[in-house]
Amino acid sequence: MSAIVEVRGLTKVFNRQKKAVDGISFEMREGEILGLIGPNGAGKTTTLQMLLGLTTPTSGEIRVFGLDINIRREEILRQVNFSSSYISLPYSLTVEENLTVFSRLYGVSDRKERIRELLTVFEIIDIKDTPTRRLSSGQITRVCLCKALLNRPRVLFLDEPTASLDPDMADKTRSLLKKIKEEEGLSILYTSHNMKEMEEMCDRVIFMDKGRIIAAGDPGSILREFGGRTLEEVFIKIARPGK
Amino acid sequence: MSRRHQRILAYTIRHLYLYKRSLPRLMEILYWPVLDLLVWGFVTVYLSRQEGAVPGFVTFFIGALILWDLLFRSQQGISVSFLEDVWSRNLLNIFVSPLSATEYILSLLFLSTIKLVLTATVMVTLAWLLYAFNIFALGFTLVPLVLNLIVMGWAIGILTTSLILRFGQEAEVLAWGVALLFQPVSAVFYPVEVLPWFLRAIANYIPAAHVFEGMRFVLNTGQFPAREVAAAAALNIVYIALSVFFFYWNFKVVRRKGLLAKVGE
Repeated sequence: MSAIVEVRGLTKVFNRQKKAVDGISFEMREGEILGLIGPNGAGKTTTLQMLLGLTTPTSGEIRVFGLDINIRREEILRQVNFSSSYISLPYSLTVEENLTVFSRLYGVSDRKERIRELLTVFEIIDIKDTPTRRLSSGQITRVCLCKALLNRPRVLFLDEPTASLDPDMADKTRSLLKKIKEEEGLSILYTSHNMKEMEEMCDRVIFMDKGRIIAAGDPGSILREFGGRTLEEVFIKIARPGK
Repeated sequence: MSRRHQRILAYTIRHLYLYKRSLPRLMEILYWPVLDLLVWGFVTVYLSRQEGAVPGFVTFFIGALILWDLLFRSQQGISVSFLEDVWSRNLLNIFVSPLSATEYILSLLFLSTIKLVLTATVMVTLAWLLYAFNIFALGFTLVPLVLNLIVMGWAIGILTTSLILRFGQEAEVLAWGVALLFQPVSAVFYPVEVLPWFLRAIANYIPAAHVFEGMRFVLNTGQFPAREVAAAAALNIVYIALSVFFFYWNFKVVRRKGLLAKVGE
């Protein structure tokens, strides 16, 4: 598998003193699900923001599809997408209107068919004419995931995508994402505090702490390296180094 | 249609959907301008009937009221539209889409123009029906006067949007307050000469002050206020360029400080 995202010596310093990300380097391969995990303040969110071009790195390089994010931002953003349980969509617009706006923003040619297809897959076709403000948080999350898949992205950035879903829908969403990944060769960068989910979803995980990568590899090798039975045990070992 | 045009249109459609569906948002365009026109219009009619009233008082006042509202709405068309995405936690979705900062600004300007046309149509019609005031009596002069007010409103709108991006939702009060800050020195309802010397000096640098002086000049003399229009246009070119430059510079600072995600969540 070739590298689709390449990060070299990425550093972010806020206010000339707080080092949020400290010279990290990693690659994301085509068609893999890469998990980014670590305690609060580890630098995951800042890394994700830099990968999306929302925050400028202090130093280092980010290349997506071989292109520099700071120079070819628009070209890259047309082929990637993002969803987070912490953001929403305009409340007054219906589900279909919201998806229409974003499909136009991403230049999707078969808008109507694509929207219908995704709403069907996420089992929310019946609420397509409902204003977003009337949806439950779980439904909004699913609409946001539809939005994130509208442009058939090559890379998908997901920030705790199942945080507001009930166990059944969270399980369905995970299965769906894995299916799309298999069928379309989608690469996913995934963050979550649910370690069981990370074990289930990720081909590889990157463990971050205090802005640095302290371990990287497939979940099995991480467990062996840290002598844990689950990623949760490893997480706790890292978060509480004295124990 | 090019990709760029399609994105600008997409973001404009996002807001048009909002006005189609939300009565409070629609009222924001129509309610306050109509209320202003009713209250101040009747006050003006009353005062004009008193002894010693200034000749043509109704014309000056209602003309000024409509024109000032155009400036205020053109500014709001930018900053309130931006706030809509902050309120609905949609800003990150927009900024991780391929829409560039330039396209974002262009769609806000386009949107502001649409809102202005709506507001102006309602106010002009109502002024004609209630007070027999025909703003088109200003003739061709109306065009440069209105354009100057719109551009000044845009400059203020872009400036306030930049400040909200930088300082977050705490600064959202600026969206309603900043334009009003310019009202006393814009000599909207009175000539610049009534201002104390230090405010007169400031008024020289305010495009709207030249526009309203121009409006009074044309209503009094029937001649084109070339000097005032030229002064307003020259100042506006400088201010719109400065506001756009400030927006881009600030956008870079906001990205460097990692504030974009904080405003958007």
